[in-house]
Amino acid sequence: MSQPKTIFEKIWDKHVVKRADGYPDAVFIDRHFIHEVTSPQAFDGLRKRGIGVFNVNRTTATADHNVPTKDQHLPIKEALSRHQVETLRKNCAEFGVELYDLGHPFQGIVHIIGPELGLTLPGMTIVCGDSHTSTHGAFGNVAFGIGTSEVEQVLATQCILQYKPKTMKIEINGKLGKGVVSKDIILYIISKISASGATGYFVEYAGDAIRSLSMEARMTICNMSIEMGARGGLIAPDETTFAYIKGRKFAPQGAAFDLAVEEWKKLKTDEGAKYDTVLTFDAADIAPMITYGTNPGMGMKVTDRIPTANELKELNEQVSFKKSLEYMGLEQGSQLLGKAIDYVFIGSCTNARIEDLREVAAMVRGKKKAAGVEVWVVPGSKQVQEQAKKEGLDKIFEAAGFELREPGCSACLGMNEDKIPAGKYCISTSNRNFEGRQGPKSRTFLASPLSAAAAAITGKVTDVREFNVKS
Amino acid sequence: MSKEKFQKLISPAVPIAVENIDTDQIIPARFLKATTREGFGDNLFRDWRYDGNNNPIAEFPLNNAAYTGKILVAGKNFGCGSSREHAAWAIYDYGFRVVVSSFFADIFKNNALNNAVLPVVVSDQFLNELLETIQRDPKTEVTVDLENQFISFNGKKEGFQINAYKKTCLMNGYDDIDYLLSLNREIKEYDLTH
Ligand code: SF4
Repeated sequence: MSQPKTIFEKIWDKHVVKRADGYPDAVFIDRHFIHEVTSPQAFDGLRKRGIGVFNVNRTTATADHNVPTKDQHLPIKEALSRHQVETLRKNCAEFGVELYDLGHPFQGIVHIIGPELGLTLPGMTIVCGDSHTSTHGAFGNVAFGIGTSEVEQVLATQCILQYKPKTMKIEINGKLGKGVVSKDIILYIISKISASGATGYFVEYAGDAIRSLSMEARMTICNMSIEMGARGGLIAPDETTFAYIKGRKFAPQGAAFDLAVEEWKKLKTDEGAKYDTVLTFDAADIAPMITYGTNPGMGMKVTDRIPTANELKELNEQVSFKKSLEYMGLEQGSQLLGKAIDYVFIGSCTNARIEDLREVAAMVRGKKKAAGVEVWVVPGSKQVQEQAKKEGLDKIFEAAGFELREPGCSACLGMNEDKIPAGKYCISTSNRNFEGRQGPKSRTFLASPLSAAAAAITGKVTDVREFNVKS
Repeated sequence: MSKEKFQKLISPAVPIAVENIDTDQIIPARFLKATTREGFGDNLFRDWRYDGNNNPIAEFPLNNAAYTGKILVAGKNFGCGSSREHAAWAIYDYGFRVVVSSFFADIFKNNALNNAVLPVVVSDQFLNELLETIQRDPKTEVTVDLENQFISFNGKKEGFQINAYKKTCLMNGYDDIDYLLSLNREIKEYDLTH
């Protein structure tokens, strides 16, 4: 028998078109997603070289990063945004790439539409000019974010030059407590290993706590792999995966699907395969989480208090720690529980799938948001938006005083007009709490959709377990 | 795309003796709007080069006519911050082909190499001597020899490391895409059979 391999190595090695000594691997890319912000210079590069797209069937485009989330049927008001979307249109038309433009029923955040349309499948290599491409790894594939020069590489050659990363296994065993959802799992892991704890690694998530999760929940975990520095993260496919894919628009259908499933079942780590690092956590130790600082590693249980500078493991972090708390307007050693918030953002490729919206709706049904709090629910895609309407979630949100917007990245990166004003606190289901990420001088608390919904109702940071939640 | 071949560069250098220069200083976020790679050089170090009224700040080295050349020498940890490739584009577009520092942020280093800018890592001591020397005599010629992997000035010399593949690319004036395009036949075959 050949040497036992991890699932990551199986997929990677299978896609190496050329491996040469001293050279990075030339890795074939099965699926390439592009959007308006990181693709224009790449198309420009093709034009300069006088070449086309290698295989247009492997690239799919959508407009998401810089689109308005109101009145999408009208021309875009903001000049930069309009220019980027128009450039994308022009480029896709010229090079023959399929575009899910504003108003198209398949438009949405790139990492939400891929899985939703069955474009994201097990065993694939997937790239996109956005670091949260790791989301797709939930299906048992190798997916990672790339820069603009690499977008050009993939358009031109369907390959990318990469050195093979190291492998890390993160295992979570046991049963999750009440009110604890997948966002809490990943925020917990990052708080344990820090925002750079997995730098240079490709992560595989395993253990029965991961196995018990839905596809949506798995995507949330893989999505934030990059926030601990990992190149990407994946979960071996299983029946949950196959059931999710079955019948999706671009997934194999009928007999072809059954055949594919047989292949996908082989995608797991062999007994005895070696990882460069293995970490194990107990699900019972995880509680609803919240971040207090300006990187996703600065997180804690919602009932904990913020550490003091003296409690930090690394003394050389004290300066940036203090600077971070100053930015956030928070005191060392204080509690966040009960802290008043101004905005609630439920959205982004981390938590804007239909399941997230359902969880939020179930929690706020018959309740009203706190006075003075502004709540935006931004669905991850047109399909999520339509489904939410079909299920009457829009009515529940409306009655609660939540604003249901149109799909896009929105306040996740504040590139369009959805910005949190300076100094205001936003509890957000997105993935980054960097300085200024949600708008100049904005202050972000990252949390799960459940915790965000609870805060919307009480107007302050709340322990979701005080609410009547099912899970 | 055939970029210029880089073998050996002999040129005066421009010193910016500041540590931790992040990508927001190299090219502020508000200039990322362009949809092409060109023109970023005009805004390289924008906020250090011009005051609020767009008047050049005389003390800044890029505004000092005494300093010329294709080599930028900067303090430790150059290029930290975001992964924006625009930082490398701006440096190239301005006309620099080499950046010398005692440490580079990882992503910047890669972005630079992908865009025909050679990052040269030297020891702290060498860097300080180089900075002082150029500041004293802006005409000092600095030699960067890629083939033999050394940098020298006024008889002082230090070797530097570079990934063998990237070295080949720079020396032959080709980039990752040129290399991948040369694999076209293999890639086509893979595409058809998978
Ligand atoms: S939602 Fe945020 S993280 Fe996700 S793709 Fe958009 S900008 Fe990137």
